[in-house]
Amino acid sequence: MPNLKVLKNRIASVKSTRKITKAMQMVAAAKLRRAQEAAEAGRPYAERFNAVMAQLAGGVSGDSGPKLLVGNGSNQTHLLVVMTAERGLCGGFNGNIAKLARVAANKLLAEGKTVKILTVGKKGREALKRDLGSHFIGHVDLSEVKKLGYADASGIAQDILSRFDTGEFDVAKIFYATFQSVISQTPTEQQIIPADFSNVDAGDVSTVYDYEPSEEGILADLLPRAVATQIFSALLENGASEQGARMSAMDNATRNAGEMIDKLTVEYNRSRQAVITNELIEIISGAEAL
Amino acid sequence: MAEMMQFDLVSPERRLASVQASEVQIPGAEGDFTAMALHAPVITTLRPGVLKVVTASGTDEYLVTGGFAEVGTAGTSVLAERAYAKADLTPALLEELVKEANLQRDASNTDAAAKYADDLVAASAQITG
Repeated sequence: MPNLKVLKNRIASVKSTRKITKAMQMVAAAKLRRAQEAAEAGRPYAERFNAVMAQLAGGVSGDSGPKLLVGNGSNQTHLLVVMTAERGLCGGFNGNIAKLARVAANKLLAEGKTVKILTVGKKGREALKRDLGSHFIGHVDLSEVKKLGYADASGIAQDILSRFDTGEFDVAKIFYATFQSVISQTPTEQQIIPADFSNVDAGDVSTVYDYEPSEEGILADLLPRAVATQIFSALLENGASEQGARMSAMDNATRNAGEMIDKLTVEYNRSRQAVITNELIEIISGAEAL
Repeated sequence: MAEMMQFDLVSPERRLASVQASEVQIPGAEGDFTAMALHAPVITTLRPGVLKVVTASGTDEYLVTGGFAEVGTAGTSVLAERAYAKADLTPALLEELVKEANLQRDASNTDAAAKYADDLVAASAQITG
């Protein structure tokens, strides 16, 4: 029978853990609402942008288009941009994204391709460091960023684009989690260079637009922005997913702590009663002996 | 009263306007133009400038720094890289934008960056003037 004092201490410590997880859950819920609002506010832009891009891209034929759209003719070197959270304690969120990226990286390596990894968010970097650390080429730290802005995304995009211009890689993909609901976030892989708009609804294609400047001019101007836009929406989705994952993880933790407290309390009461019974027996047998 | 059309102004971070407008003055890269209902479909990139929207209740002004505009049959939408309503603009914010543009001009030393900075200065003079 464990000592009463030990049990009491354990109950107290689990109780304070529950307080912390409960608080974290509430903070995550509040942050989730904000992140969801941000993701929703960014949606009209991304949708319109992609629709226009799909329309423009549909008009480009053959290999004559800009490199960002048709690629540079090679697919030897792949850049994987792994976007995760800066903090842990959010269930399988970081692990799932890292796993998807690791599987993709290993597949590419097995095919004899060169893999380069750019990490956004500390946790993904830590997760991939051990087996893929030698492929890291950079890291973007967002831990100081309070509220994600378009400027953050366009900074990352500029970094990626300048690497593309110097021929550091041929194909770029981003890894992030799409927000489905509080309890489900799907790790997603998306190709950003060369841009792929094949799954975007171009809307009404019957309208014939005039282009100012030329169609090619607009495309050249917009493609770099498309990269930034895609990264921005991925970051927003990721932000909402992270908070959702943290909220449900903390909800589970709070419930577990509650169950543990109940169990420990029962055990505590039993041992207390056992001690009392023992004392009584001692007193009674002592009295009888007189 | 002129015929109305749907007008949307969105930036990556939020939707700034979604109103019925009778005319929209757009600072296109190849020159300013005014879009009204039934305008021929056109897609153009933007230069930094002042976007004027005439609605039934008055005229709204916005400062946009770049992006593109799509005038379609369903209405006009402007997708701006950064956009600010005139009411939200402070001299400090304008100064910062101009400073940023100048830094970029010094750093890249290209015609495009120089034009960007000049356009921005002109636009901020117009909106404050």
